Amino acid sequence: MFHWLEKNPFFFSVGVFLVIAFAGLIEILPNFAEASRPVDGLRPNTVLELAGKNIYMKDQCIACHSQLIRPFKAETDRYGQYSLSGEYAYDRPFLWGSKRTGPDLHRVGNYRTTDWHENHMWEPTSVVPGSIMPAYKHMFTNVADLATAYAEAVTVKNVFNTPYGDDIQPGKKAFEAYKPKVLAEAKKIADNMKNKDVKDAVAAGKVPEVVALIAYLNSLGTNRYEAKK
Amino acid sequence: MQSNAALEYDYTVAKLFTYTAILFGFVGMLIGTLIAAQLAFPELNYLLGEYGTFSRLRPLHTNVVIYGFTVSGVFATFYYSAQRVLKVSMAESKFLMFVGKLQFVLYVILATAMVVTLLMGITTTKEYAQMEWPLDVLTVLVWVLWGVAMFGLIGIRREKALYISMWYFIACFLGVAMLYLFNNMEVPTYFTSGGVGSIMHSVSMYSGTNDALVQWWWGHNAVAFVFTVPIVAMIYYFLPKESGQAVYSYKLSLLSFWGLMFVYLWAGSHHLLWSTVPDWMQTMGSVFSVVLILPSWGSAINMLLTMKGEWNQLTENPLIKFMVLASTFYMLSTLEGPIQAIKSVNAIAHFTDWIPGHVHDGVLGWVAFMIMAGLFHMAPRMFKREIYSKKLIEAQFWIQTTAVVLYFTSMWIAGITQGMMWRAVDEYGNLMYSFIDTVTVLHPYYAIRALAGVLYVTGFVMFAYNMVKTMTSSRELSEEPQFRSPMA
Repeated sequence: MFHWLEKNPFFFSVGVFLVIAFAGLIEILPNFAEASRPVDGLRPNTVLELAGKNIYMKDQCIACHSQLIRPFKAETDRYGQYSLSGEYAYDRPFLWGSKRTGPDLHRVGNYRTTDWHENHMWEPTSVVPGSIMPAYKHMFTNVADLATAYAEAVTVKNVFNTPYGDDIQPGKKAFEAYKPKVLAEAKKIADNMKNKDVKDAVAAGKVPEVVALIAYLNSLGTNRYEAKK
Repeated sequence: MQSNAALEYDYTVAKLFTYTAILFGFVGMLIGTLIAAQLAFPELNYLLGEYGTFSRLRPLHTNVVIYGFTVSGVFATFYYSAQRVLKVSMAESKFLMFVGKLQFVLYVILATAMVVTLLMGITTTKEYAQMEWPLDVLTVLVWVLWGVAMFGLIGIRREKALYISMWYFIACFLGVAMLYLFNNMEVPTYFTSGGVGSIMHSVSMYSGTNDALVQWWWGHNAVAFVFTVPIVAMIYYFLPKESGQAVYSYKLSLLSFWGLMFVYLWAGSHHLLWSTVPDWMQTMGSVFSVVLILPSWGSAINMLLTMKGEWNQLTENPLIKFMVLASTFYMLSTLEGPIQAIKSVNAIAHFTDWIPGHVHDGVLGWVAFMIMAGLFHMAPRMFKREIYSKKLIEAQFWIQTTAVVLYFTSMWIAGITQGMMWRAVDEYGNLMYSFIDTVTVLHPYYAIRALAGVLYVTGFVMFAYNMVKTMTSSRELSEEPQFRSPMA
């Protein structure tokens, strides 16, 4: 039987394909509808937070930090309640990570503050002696890409029905009209920071990467309660 | 055939991919060594400004060694061995020759774009699928061209029965195609937002837990269809060729092949144990990971038994050493993986350095050893010169073997230490260690791992030097060696 197959590349390839496709069909598809339901009260990221998430991705925080608290006492003691599937419903991509060279961040917004992050991103050892995390000083001068974050909000709203307001609309004009809201949010973060250049930049309408990143980090663990307020 | 003369195989494309395998191998491993050293000595994060941090370089390392080094090695060995097992020369078809060359050119463009975009931080962050959508499109093109070359050669073959290596190459092509397409389904934001923001950015079609499932269905099986399947194709070709021994058992190769095809895909969810994916999927992942030992060991044992009665070659021929140790490391790695996939073990191992430890005994000891041995075997036949130095290969073998052992032992200790410290509680049930305690304790192991990296790269430089010398200034051969590769 197999000798026959080995002389017929077409049927051989079809056979291989069926055998390898089988597992995905059974294992992955059934979960799809269920796992995309958000937990009660979850809100999607604001545009500023999305910009921060994109910096989290750009500088690959995910290389060392997870966002997945496993259901063990040692983990819930350290990081808070274990993670629920519905908390990730708006995460595109998922950012669970696969390695904890640094601690988990799924609920970091519950126990770290803006000024802690500011000190930490500037010089990690100033708040965590012995830390091997690099300093990310370039985030204090690089300007966050708000336009792309806005484009992302428009995309997930229109393509995936993520619940954003009516003020998120396609087009450059719509973005310009929306921008003041992002700047106002950024200013609230910058007000709690001490770096003069960052404050000046935000006042001048340019949001440094670190401000957006901190907005995102502050939302982690807190965003699932806010929609109720 | 018009004449009775032996077929003249055309190695143009195989040679091109050999060059890129050497180049990307060196670059990728060098970056790997740098980021290993950064964990032990954080000051090394500031060599290249914002482009030189561990976080920016880590995906560059994985992508360059996978898509640069390994995939080049796969293409090189394919374009070499497929002609031979199918008894057809690339020179016989102008079209296939063109396809092969075009594939190479696009591949180099893709690899260069990959390095540049990842350094700039343009990434989807999904592991081993970090390339953004325009690069994904190019990847598909390169892959389709490879398929055209593969099935084109098969179409004009003289040997009707496909040799075992071809089974694995076909599986590699199909498996990666399916997984890559599904995992990289993404929506470019520029077009859906009316032209706002960066054209490079995209969002995943799947969200949260679903995205995780698709990603690790891919992530795990990228290991299967890039780091296992084509490497098994190589050893099934090169070990019998180099040793002059017939493959030990045809039935065992059948069992291993179809077993591997069926079982491997199920195991992906072992990357998501204790996560928010449903429990039954996690259990399936665990169970099938353990079952996976059978087909994996089937291939490895088949290869080791191929050497039956000829073990003296192990002392005489360093290429046999490389290949035998490669299948041994393959056995180690495919036993270690299932152990880590057991839920209670995974609770300690996951998120720790034991995982990169496991990956590297596979990739350094199995994948890279096999690719280097394959390229060494090909060199005298492609360049019609003997291998430049046997002594250099011997030295390289021992340096790199030491490196692999240092790498995985240090990471085993580091991983288990950290995993145990994270969960340690005192007599009142309070956590004993703050997170930073569990980081600083790892310093010596990180230093050992960096040393292992330095040793391995040193060995790779010796390999590269030996290959370049073989291509350029080694003694010329009057006729093609039949089995054992000649070396000075």
